[in-house]
Amino acid sequence: MTALRVRIEGLVCGRGGVAAAGPVGADLAAGDALVVSGPNGAGKSTLLRTLAGLLRPLAGRICVSGMVMADGEAPLGLFEIAHYFGHRNALKPAATVADNLGFWQRFLGEPGLSVGEALALVGLEGVGDLPAGRLSAGQARRAAFARLLVARRPVWILDEPTTSLDAASQERMSEILAAHRATGGILVAATHLALGLTGAAELRLAGAPLSAAPGLDLDEAALAHAEGWL
Amino acid sequence: MIALLRRDLALALSAGGGGLVGIVFFLAVVATIPFGVGPDLALLSRIGPAVLWIGALLSALLSLDRLFQADRDDGTLDLLLRGPVPLPLAVLAKCLAHWCATCLPLVVAAPVLGLILAVPPAALGALVLTLVAGTPALAFIGAVGAAVAVSMPRGGLLVSVLVLPLAIPVLVFGVSATYAAVNEPDPFLPPFLILLALTLFFSVLGPVAASLALRGAED
Repeated sequence: MTALRVRIEGLVCGRGGVAAAGPVGADLAAGDALVVSGPNGAGKSTLLRTLAGLLRPLAGRICVSGMVMADGEAPLGLFEIAHYFGHRNALKPAATVADNLGFWQRFLGEPGLSVGEALALVGLEGVGDLPAGRLSAGQARRAAFARLLVARRPVWILDEPTTSLDAASQERMSEILAAHRATGGILVAATHLALGLTGAAELRLAGAPLSAAPGLDLDEAALAHAEGWL
Repeated sequence: MIALLRRDLALALSAGGGGLVGIVFFLAVVATIPFGVGPDLALLSRIGPAVLWIGALLSALLSLDRLFQADRDDGTLDLLLRGPVPLPLAVLAKCLAHWCATCLPLVVAAPVLGLILAVPPAALGALVLTLVAGTPALAFIGAVGAAVAVSMPRGGLLVSVLVLPLAIPVLVFGVSATYAAVNEPDPFLPPFLILLALTLFFSVLGPVAASLALRGAED
């Protein structure tokens, strides 16, 4: 069996048909990390949402090889083997932290660590019985991060994972990320902070100027054609 | 899918889930009718089944806008969209949980409220039967409206307006089956079977259409 490999070729991503970033390319093997950086509005989140399969790429493709799913088939796309950790924490405030994580473990399949172990690893021992709505912003972020540990997936797509974390928690997260890479995982992270990712490739998005909405850039020929109709 | 159904049900029934707002609204609608119409028992018992059906329809529509919006706000929807469970099945699970939490209490309350309107016992039985058969269709139709309006911050009224025309056939056949059970020459089975057919039809079309709308809302 060959090792996991993710190739991104000429990927242009955007919303509503308007390109926000790209074309970008990358080649990631097991244990690699890709840090996406760039100013606000450069299209980092759009790129990560495209990688997570939430947005359709405008051009280019994402190839996954060397991975077999539990049912013996090749994965349908990167989204099937990737965790997406976005800006929002996907925790229900009314349910307890343990219930939230237990639900994601059952829903996502392929259980990894137990809920208690995952919470201990992110430094949240003893909060499992609290409603998620009671946690502070940093605690909620860490509880949400524990979701990546309770279900096993080799690729982690992280969008600003260290938001509202203190220095000690950032240190702990760096260790978890390094451990994930050491066991053959792949990281794609958008961040402003150094996550202590040694040997990570960097993909810098320049912040493309917003192009006009499609349909407004009429040239002379199109105008003449339109007038012909009138 | 089972996990999603159980969690949604637990959330809807827990404090702040808003699952029981519908039944309070149902009570309010039905309880005001006798005051408006007056103490004419014959008239009340004649219009009673229709009033109960309309009340149930409006109550079912009331809580629909939160079906996907809460999940979108906290980011759960992102994970459902690309989760291992196909999205139409996830929507189906959410619809069933929504039905159990909001429509099933309406079905249980309907015969009790029917007493206020002097509805005869035979009609009460038919009413419960038609509500059980018909309200799932309302949840499935409503899911489509909720999915279309998911990215709008105040989409509640829009959902109701979008969904109401599609829900009219369910209302028509639900009420006609209920009346057919008490008015002797009319047959009960044909309108009731059409009601069941509507529910089955929308149980397939609703989740698929809602999934397409949710995916489209991402772009």
